[in-house]
Amino acid sequence: MTTVAEAAKGELTPEEQAHLSDRAKGERRLGWRLAGPAFIIMLLVTLYPIGYAVYLSLFNYRLTDPAGKKLVWLQNYATALTDSLFWQAFVTTLVIVIVTLIVELILGMAIAMVMHRVVWPRRTLRTIVLIPYAIVTVVSAFSWKYAAQIDTGFFNHWLHTLTFGGFSETYNWFGGRWSSLAIICLSEIWKTTPFMSLLLLAGLAQVDSAQEEAAKVDGATWWQRLTRVILPNMKAALMVALLFRTLDAVRIYDNPYVMTGGANKTETLSMLVGTETVSRVEIGMGSALAVILFVIVLIIAFVFVKLFKVDLTTSGRS
Amino acid sequence: MSNRAKNGLGVVSIVIIIWTLIPLLWIVATSLKSTAALGDSSQNILGNFWPKDISWDNYKLIFSGGASDLFVPALWHSIIVCVVATVISVVLATFCAYAISRLDFPGKKLILTTSLAVSFFPVIAMVTPLFNLWRQIGLFDTLPGLIIPYLTLTLPLSIWTLSAFFQQIPWEMEQAAQVDGASSWQAFVKVIAPLAAPGVFTTAIIAFFTAWNDFVFSSNLTAQHAQTVPAALSFFTGASQFVQPTGAICAAAVVVTIPVVILVLFFQKRIVAGLTSGAVKG
Repeated sequence: MTTVAEAAKGELTPEEQAHLSDRAKGERRLGWRLAGPAFIIMLLVTLYPIGYAVYLSLFNYRLTDPAGKKLVWLQNYATALTDSLFWQAFVTTLVIVIVTLIVELILGMAIAMVMHRVVWPRRTLRTIVLIPYAIVTVVSAFSWKYAAQIDTGFFNHWLHTLTFGGFSETYNWFGGRWSSLAIICLSEIWKTTPFMSLLLLAGLAQVDSAQEEAAKVDGATWWQRLTRVILPNMKAALMVALLFRTLDAVRIYDNPYVMTGGANKTETLSMLVGTETVSRVEIGMGSALAVILFVIVLIIAFVFVKLFKVDLTTSGRS
Repeated sequence: MSNRAKNGLGVVSIVIIIWTLIPLLWIVATSLKSTAALGDSSQNILGNFWPKDISWDNYKLIFSGGASDLFVPALWHSIIVCVVATVISVVLATFCAYAISRLDFPGKKLILTTSLAVSFFPVIAMVTPLFNLWRQIGLFDTLPGLIIPYLTLTLPLSIWTLSAFFQQIPWEMEQAAQVDGASSWQAFVKVIAPLAAPGVFTTAIIAFFTAWNDFVFSSNLTAQHAQTVPAALSFFTGASQFVQPTGAICAAAVVVTIPVVILVLFFQKRIVAGLTSGAVKG
């Protein structure tokens, strides 16, 4: 500390300069010594498997037949990308991403605005809303699954009563692709909207309330205030929330696994990777699919960061 | 705000609270139904929602009955694996975040960007190579074989969240304390540790939630010796193959949800701060 104080006082002698850069060097060394282990372990546990997956994806390799392991270059990718099963999983995943994203954005924004302005029950609301975020996804999936099932569920009973008998009590939600996906999306929306609304709430808190008041005084309608004042001012938070949720939804696995196990064409991309690897022990093909999924995630992140200019490292820091 | 607007928001809030609580109450309700009541709506009230007669059979089943040899070990595995992964991550991340927020060294931004990128990884993409590798080196279906991949979930998150927390700490206070005659150790214990502890604690909670939630690794990298609760739930079987294990699954689901809800109730404010400070600050 004293060296900095003395150095700041006046001219630096060469000796002092050398001393300072020694100090800077020492700080660098200490910095990496402290940060290094976490960084290296993080890289080891993630980059190594990914690199290994890229390598394995070039082989025709069944775990049950290690002797038949054969280098086939990009053939697994060609097979995957021309396979109808892959595109079916792609469409399923895409539908889940789009539906949940749109609903969650609207619902999340509405909940954030309520949380932002509500006087009573402010604390209770903020606490309760956090619970779905914290709950295990598998648990929430089971809850919604049993709620929708004909024999154990209450959905059909409630809908039957609400529509004065119009809705059949024996409707089988898990009998078709779209009705199954509807329940999967509903459960996903219930589980993840709170996280979305908390991110949006943090953004809302930064909107200058004076600007909003001014717009109000000038006679702007509620809609105008929302689209012209509030949303543009919380663009950073909005984009971060969108990016987080998109990447989360693209990786969806637990929820459809529990709900349908992939029946009725509800298998998602992540589930496809899992089945190829664990049930069919096609390590080469599973790896190729894993790499494809990874590339999709990279592209989405890239688009957000470059096109929408989401600067995560600096928007996070002041 | 007018009284009308206040009441209106209050009503909307209550609607949101009910919507949030229904699936939770539902799983509790289902766990309290007897096997007979599960498929028979005449034994339940509120449109097949709540049982007329509460039965604790499902809880007996998972703790001492037929499902206990699957559930009880899984609960222990979950606790051990999640606690160990959380502790390792938070300790490593504390050093890392301290360096990032206090010291000047090149590569800071690289560390933060990498940890963010890693948290976006599709975890299933790591399952295939790990599945292959673990089988070759004998880590398949072991606790360390689960703890290592769990670090991918908890470590980047911890680095990111803790860095955000540490950057808000007024580090000058340490020097101020030293000027006032405190030793380095005293300054650390009396000034810095109390300032840093809430951030470390919150990060640990969030990391724990993430590990506790995992299903991808546990369901694919274990068979029975290291299975955690989320994976075990999906492999529950009924008394015979024609009996659905619905009640037992719901009871087990309630058990793993209780600690999470308690943490949320007690530390709501901190968790929200932890979740949002890293991501959005404007």
